[in-house]
Amino acid sequence: MSLLEVTNLGISFGGLRAVDEFNISIDKGQLYGLIGPNGAGKTTVFNMLTGIYKPTDGKIFLDGVDITGKRTAEINKAGIARTFQNIRLFGDQSVLDNVKIGLHNSFEYSTATGIFRLPKYFATEKKMDERALEILSVFGLDKDADVLASNLPYGKQRQLEIARALATNPKLLLLDEPAAGMNPNETKDLMNTIALIRKEFDVTILLIEHDMKLVSGICEKLTVLNFGRVLSQGETSTVLNDPEVIKAYLGE
Amino acid sequence: MKKINKLALFANKSNQRLFTTILVILVLYVLMTILDGTGNLSSLMKGLLVPVCAYSLVAVGLNLCVGYLGELSLGHAGFMCVGAFSSAFFSKAFVGIIPDVPRFILSLLIGTALAALFGFLIAIPVLRLSGDYLAIVTLAFGEIIKNVINVLYVGVDSQGLHFSMKDMMSLGMEPGGKIIINGAQGVTGTPRQSTFTISVVLLLLAIVITYNFVNSRTGRAVKAIRDNQIAAETVGLPITKYKLIAFTLSAAIAGVGGVLYAHNISSLTATTNTFGYNMSIMILVYVVLGGIGSFSGSIIAATILTLLPEMLRGLSNYRMLIYSVVLIMLMLFNWAPGILKWREAHGIKNFKSILKSKNTKEVQ
Repeated sequence: MSLLEVTNLGISFGGLRAVDEFNISIDKGQLYGLIGPNGAGKTTVFNMLTGIYKPTDGKIFLDGVDITGKRTAEINKAGIARTFQNIRLFGDQSVLDNVKIGLHNSFEYSTATGIFRLPKYFATEKKMDERALEILSVFGLDKDADVLASNLPYGKQRQLEIARALATNPKLLLLDEPAAGMNPNETKDLMNTIALIRKEFDVTILLIEHDMKLVSGICEKLTVLNFGRVLSQGETSTVLNDPEVIKAYLGE
Repeated sequence: MKKINKLALFANKSNQRLFTTILVILVLYVLMTILDGTGNLSSLMKGLLVPVCAYSLVAVGLNLCVGYLGELSLGHAGFMCVGAFSSAFFSKAFVGIIPDVPRFILSLLIGTALAALFGFLIAIPVLRLSGDYLAIVTLAFGEIIKNVINVLYVGVDSQGLHFSMKDMMSLGMEPGGKIIINGAQGVTGTPRQSTFTISVVLLLLAIVITYNFVNSRTGRAVKAIRDNQIAAETVGLPITKYKLIAFTLSAAIAGVGGVLYAHNISSLTATTNTFGYNMSIMILVYVVLGGIGSFSGSIIAATILTLLPEMLRGLSNYRMLIYSVVLIMLMLFNWAPGILKWREAHGIKNFKSILKSKNTKEVQ
C-alpha cells in the first residue's frame, strides 16, 4: 500500500479554481517530484497536504489514515513535515532551539516541571540536546548550534529548516523548492544531503523544484502541474520526454 | 555529578543573567534595609518600597506577554486590580478569624488564582485576535474590570455574604454587619501586611519562575509561535494551548503585584490612576523602556520611574518636566542606533539584538 494517497483533491478561492482533480500516490521510501510553471498550484497542494488550506473536495490518506481537513499540528503528529519556499525559521532562537522545537512532541515534560526545574527537566533537556545535536550533525550544523537562526547564511538556513522538519520524526517530508537561490555547487551538496537523509531518517520525500538538474538527478517519479491540473505523471524519464510537458514547462 | 550540573548551569548565558539580576536585587534590598535601620530613609521613600516591587511584578508579567508571547496587552492593570481586590476582600473578611500569616498566604494564593482565572477567561476570546485588535480588546477588559468593581458592594453579617451593584442600602445588612467592598470607596482597612521583605521575596520568585518558564519546553514553544505561527503549527505545536498558558501566567504574576499593592494601602480604590488605562499604559512604559523581553530591565525601569517623581518633589514645578526628559533619555538609551552601537562597543549587552537580527534577515 502507498504511504500517501490523494484522490480528486481540489480547492477554490472564491471563483478561482486553484487546484482541480489532483491525484497522487506515493510509495514508502520514494523520492517524488512535483514540478510545473509558476502559479500552477504546487505550493497550494503542499498547503492542503499540511492543513494550512482546507481542501474544497477530495481525500488525503496518510498510511491508510484519513487526514483530510485536519489541523496542521495534528497532521504533523500523523507524520507529515514540511519546509517553506520563503524560509520560516524561528529567527530569534538558536539553531539548537529550532531543532528542539521540532522535538517538542517526542520529548515531553509538563509546564510545571519546567517552571520548578524538577529532575525530569534536566534529564529530558539533556536527551533533547543530544538528539538535536545528532540531527544537526547530519547537516554539519552542529558547530553552529549556538548561533541565532536568523544569523545563519542562506544555504544553512535552508538546511536548518529541513533539520527542524526531520526532528518531528515524519513519515513524509515535503520540501518546497529546497534549491531556490542556491548556486550549482550548493545544489550539488543539497542533492547529496537529500540522498543522505532519505537513508538516515527512513523518510519518504515529496519535493517541489524548478532546478531540472536536481529533479532529473534524484527524483524517481514526477507529477507535472499546469493551471491547477495534472499534466503528466509517471517515471521521471518518461515524464520529462512527454511532448505536453516540454511544450508547457520545459520549452522546446 | 551535582557539582558538574551546577557548573554547567552557570555556564549557560541566560542563567548567568538571572543570577546577576537576583544578586542586584538582593544588594539593593540589603542597602535599603540598612538605610532604613539607620534612619536614613525618608518616610516617602519608605512608603514607595512595596509599590516599586508591586509595579515591578506587574511589569514582569506584562513583559512575558509582550516580549515572549508577542502580544500587546493594554489591560494588565485589570489583572492587578483583580488580584488586589480579591485578596483584600479575603483578608478583610477573615480578619480575626484566621491568624495573620496563614491568612496572608491564603489571600496571596486567592489573588493570584483569581487573576489567573480572569486572564484565562479573557484570553480565550482575545487571543483569537492579534495586533491592534488585541490591544483594544484588552484595554476594554481592563476598564470593565475597574468599572464593575467601582459599583460593587459586598458586605458580610451573621447571615452570610450580601452583594449589590446599586448602593450600600440595598445590601440589606443586619446592624453590626461588616461592609467589605464599598463601591467607589473600595476596600478600607485591609491589614497592611506587605512588608518590603515579602515583596522582594515574591519578586525574586516571579523572576525565577518567568526565567525558567521562558527557557523550558513550553517557553520555547511560546517563542516559536511568536516568531512564526505557521511554522510552529507545521512542527506540531498546539498554538492555542501555549498562548493560553503564557497569557494566564502573565496575568497571574500581575495578580501577585496586585496583592502586594492591596496589602500596603489603607484605602484601596479602583480609579483610572490606580487600576485604569493610565496604570496599564504606565506599566507598558516600564516594559518598553526597560527593554522588551528583558525582565531585569522591566524592574529597573519600574524602580526608576516610580521613585523619580518622588525624588524630584523638591523641584516642585519642574518635576514633570525633568520626568519627561528622563523618559526620553531612557528611550534613546534603549533604541537610538548610535547609542546601541556605543553600548555594543563597550560591551553593554542590549536586548535589541533581536531587532538587529531581524534587519539582517531582511537583507538576506
